[in-house]
Formats: sequence, structure tokens, C-alpha cells
Amino acid sequence: MATTATPVNNGVDVEFLRTAREALTAQPEGAKFQWRVTNTWMHGSHSRSAVKGYFGLGEEQSHRSEFSYDGDHPELFAATDNGATPVEYVLVGLASCLTAGVAAIAQYRNIQLNSVSATLQGEMDVQGILGIDSDVRNGFSAITVTYDIDADATPEEIKALVAQSQKRSAVFDIVTNPTNVTVEVG
Amino acid sequence: MHTSRTTTTVIVGAGQAGLAMSRCLTERSIDHVILERGEVADSWRHERWDSLRLLSPNWQSRLPGYRYEGDDPDGYMTMPEIIGYLSGYAAVAAAPVQTNTTVTSVATSHDEGYVVTTNNGQWKARTVVLASGAYNLANVPALADRLPRGTASVTPLHYRNPAQLDEGDVLVVGASASGIQLALEIQASGRQVTLAVGGHVRMPRVYRGMDIMWWLDAAGVLDERYDQVDDIVRARKLPTFQLVGSPSRATIDLNDLQRRGVKVVGRLAGITSDGCAQFSGSLRNQCELADLKMNRLLDGIDAWAVRNGLDDETERPHRFGPTSVEASPTLSVDLNAGVRTVVWATGYRPDYSWLDLPVVDRKGRICHDGGVTDSAGLYVLGARFLRRRKSTFIDGVGDDARDLSAHMAGYLDRLAARR
Repeated sequence: MATTATPVNNGVDVEFLRTAREALTAQPEGAKFQWRVTNTWMHGSHSRSAVKGYFGLGEEQSHRSEFSYDGDHPELFAATDNGATPVEYVLVGLASCLTAGVAAIAQYRNIQLNSVSATLQGEMDVQGILGIDSDVRNGFSAITVTYDIDADATPEEIKALVAQSQKRSAVFDIVTNPTNVTVEVG
Repeated sequence: MHTSRTTTTVIVGAGQAGLAMSRCLTERSIDHVILERGEVADSWRHERWDSLRLLSPNWQSRLPGYRYEGDDPDGYMTMPEIIGYLSGYAAVAAAPVQTNTTVTSVATSHDEGYVVTTNNGQWKARTVVLASGAYNLANVPALADRLPRGTASVTPLHYRNPAQLDEGDVLVVGASASGIQLALEIQASGRQVTLAVGGHVRMPRVYRGMDIMWWLDAAGVLDERYDQVDDIVRARKLPTFQLVGSPSRATIDLNDLQRRGVKVVGRLAGITSDGCAQFSGSLRNQCELADLKMNRLLDGIDAWAVRNGLDDETERPHRFGPTSVEASPTLSVDLNAGVRTVVWATGYRPDYSWLDLPVVDRKGRICHDGGVTDSAGLYVLGARFLRRRKSTFIDGVGDDARDLSAHMAGYLDRLAARR
């Protein structure tokens, strides 16, 4: 790793993360978070999701402002294409999670990042969702993530950043491991 | 009739830890007794599989006042050999072992000290050393309850050899030393083995012509202290090195197991209600992490060799090929379709259920600072990374016993001065 005179700055507050880790080790109840999305059908396959409040550190919390996401399907499916497809949002989530992890771990390891970009590909045989072949699953058959990282570090250190990010990633865990899902009608 | 006897120190357990502590206390003339539920080296006698050998070479079995003096220093002891080795230690050190004495409770007494209750009466002692082992219970995950009725469940503590398993496929869960060794021999017995691989520590048996344990010892890796590592909680949970002690000094890694026909899959993530085992899609990353970590270790060893003038004395540095992972590793296996046995090589933990003292955390782990608990005069020995990376190794428990016996002597002196 190249050593530079200027301190490493990836915009991650490592001291805060350390303090939070210690605090939540002592008070595990505070570590219980709940993330929420509300979703409203617009028209056809177009729906709109909103993200604002969440629960954590023992109380209600809120984002700085409400974020809105349009989900739809492309015109190829005779849809209105008002937004990304839901499966693309899954890739968005995975990418955001892994990249945030890369930045945080780089900061911990005193590695200056110069640029980080990733390309994600999700393979899908739509015979599954169209009910043509019941042997084909609905979801992705495979996901490939390719990182292009310029950092003041050796190639091995960069590989280790990306590997550790996967190890600590919530979305990587969600997509690689089963989760019980309950869908109710209120 | 059971009587109550008094001694200065009760040591619970006559394995390598208890015997090493006994030897250190004898050197300090501290009166003590070792209470042993069975015989010397009891876990080695009754809770190990037939083919197991020590993971460290014979020369590396140094204990306070005792060392290997046989004619095969680079070999690995079989279970009968380790039992003989420790029995010899007990005899040479004249260790005061009370065999067939099971401790059922350790509690504080009215004065400063402890009451140790056994099936053979009570002992009163100023100090107590818990040296009852790090591997008493198998960590079987809760999802084991979801196994289909036709699939048997076995832990390495009860597994002896492949012949005791039903004919049919076997799922081995976990890729530590236990997991890879059992996968290897069960596959060789003609049963198809699937090995579920989570976090693991890849390690070559021999590097640059020397046993990897020699390098780790020489370069000081095994001496890393508990108060100097980044994250001791994590270090204590690290799976054991993927090593086998065999006369051929062969390296058994996931590549080798796959060549022998073992199917390698991701961490066991779930079992569905209809009996399908589900495996994590994280296998590639788990293998990448292990490869990177092994290479960092070997880089460290190479740098150490240069610094210490050994670079020309040993074979040239080299690297092992990356772990090969199938393009699309299997994500689920229907256990009803021929999987007759699941082997849970998912780790072990100590059993302190008989300890009536508030020194255990919410996860059942005993709280201690390098073996010194918050209960004055109560010590732990032989636990994972107790004071050093080598704490659970035969070669490592001696330094811990020396440190803790010194601490104990200081405590006893302070007690005596107060009286």
C-alpha cells in the first residue's frame, strides 16, 4: 500500500462507526432496526414506492426527506416503462450495499479510494415468471458483480476489500440466503 | 460417607490444561487436587473419532516440564498415543488426580473461596481452575430440528468411523479441521459426501518444506496475545485451521476434496418444511476470503523468513492455486432423496452448566480477561484464544498455565496478608 502524507478520506466516519459498535454491543436492543417501504399501485404494472420513516436505536426515525421510486416494466412487455423493473431495484440495492461497504472497509484499513464503479448483471429466464416452464425459477439464476476500483492499494488489498464487503453486506446476505416472507392482506 | 475436604486449589479436568496447571502449582508449592470426571485425557479417550491425529507435530507437544522424546518428532500423535503421552505426564509430574470424580457444582463459600461439589463429596478451596475443555458440546444449529425423519444427525463428538453410518449420501456441515477430515474419510468409504462450506481457514500442511505449524510457531503467530488482536471475540470464534495430521503430511483442501468427488456447496442456510437443505450463494466469496487470508499469511511468513535469514535455508516461496468453485454450485439438496446422515461439524463449546457463579454472559460464554474471571480466585484454562492464539493447543496451554499460576500466587499472597 502506498503511504501518503495526507490522511485517507473516503468520506466515512470510522470513529462514529466504532463508537456505535461499542454502544450497540453494550445495548443490543438498540441494534434492532426495522426498514419500511410503502407502495401504491398507479396503473398497469406501474407502482410508486415511498421511503421515509424507519425504526432504530429504540425509537422512530426518519430520513431527511421522503424518497420516491417508480417501478414498472419496459415497453417490450407492453408496459409504460415509468421506472426500473423490480428486479433491477434488487441489483440497485445489492450494488449500493456492496459499494458502501467497500468505502467503509477501505477507510478502516486506511486505503484511499480514487474511484469505484461496478456493473451488475442478473440472469433471468422469463419462462419462469410467464409460467411456461415450472422447472425454471422466477428469480435470477445468477448475479454477477464486476468492480472497477482505483485505490492506493495492491490488487490483493483491493480484492480483500470487495470480499470483506460481501461478508458484511445486508443485501448480499438477503439475496444469497433464504428469508421468511409473510405477505398479508389488511 | 461423603466428606468435605480442603485444599488450596481445585483444578477441574485432567487433560493437558489441568495437568499443566498442576505442574505449575507444584513448582510453586501450592497445594491442589485435580478432579477428573473419568480418567486422565478423558475427552481424548471418549470424544474423538478413530482416525483423528493431533493437528500439530509431535515435537510441538511441549508442556511445562515435559516434552516428546520419541523417534518421530515430525509425526502426528494418534488418539492412543496422545492418551499415553498425557498419562505419562500425569505420572511424571505426580499429578494429584482424583479420577471418576464429576464436578456437579462450583459455588462461592461463606468465607473467601469456593465449594466444589462432586459425586464423591465436597471440596473447599481458595481458588478454582476450570480446565474442563473447550470442546465439551457440539454447536448444532437450531435448524437441525427440521431434518426429515429418515435423516440421522451425528456430531463429531459421537462419530467414530464411516462404518457406523447408514449406507447412503452424507451431508457434512462445516469446513473446519473436523469437517474436512470427516468429509474425506466418509467419501473414501463409498458414500457420496456433500460439504457445506461457510467461513473457513485454508492452510497448507507443509510450506517451503516445513510443517505450517513450525512456521506459525517460529514466526510468533501462535504467540499473538488476546489483548493485542483487533477483535478477540471474532478471533475466539475462528474455525480451526483446515489441517489433517497424517503420516503422508498431505494437504487436504477444498480442491483436493472436490478431486476426490466431494460436492462442495455454500453454507447451510435453511431446511424447508419438505426437507430440502438450502445452501447460501456466498460460496465463491467464502473461498475468496480464505484464499486471500492464506496468501496474506504466507506473505507474512516469507517476509519473516527474509528478516530472519531463513530465506536461503528453506525451499523457495510459492503459492497454492485458488480454490476452484463450480460455475453454479448447488443451492439445494432434497434430503429425502438419499441423504441418510448429516454430520454437524459446526464447532464446539465448553459446558459450564454446573457452574453456579455469575460469570457467564447472555450467550452462555464465560467472561474472563485472559483466563482471570471477575470472581476472585476463579480461573479458566484451555479455552480458545484464552491468552494466546495457541491456547487450545497442547503446545500452547503451558504458557497460559504459567501466567495464571503466577496471577494465582499473587492473589493467594494478598489473601494471606489480609488474614
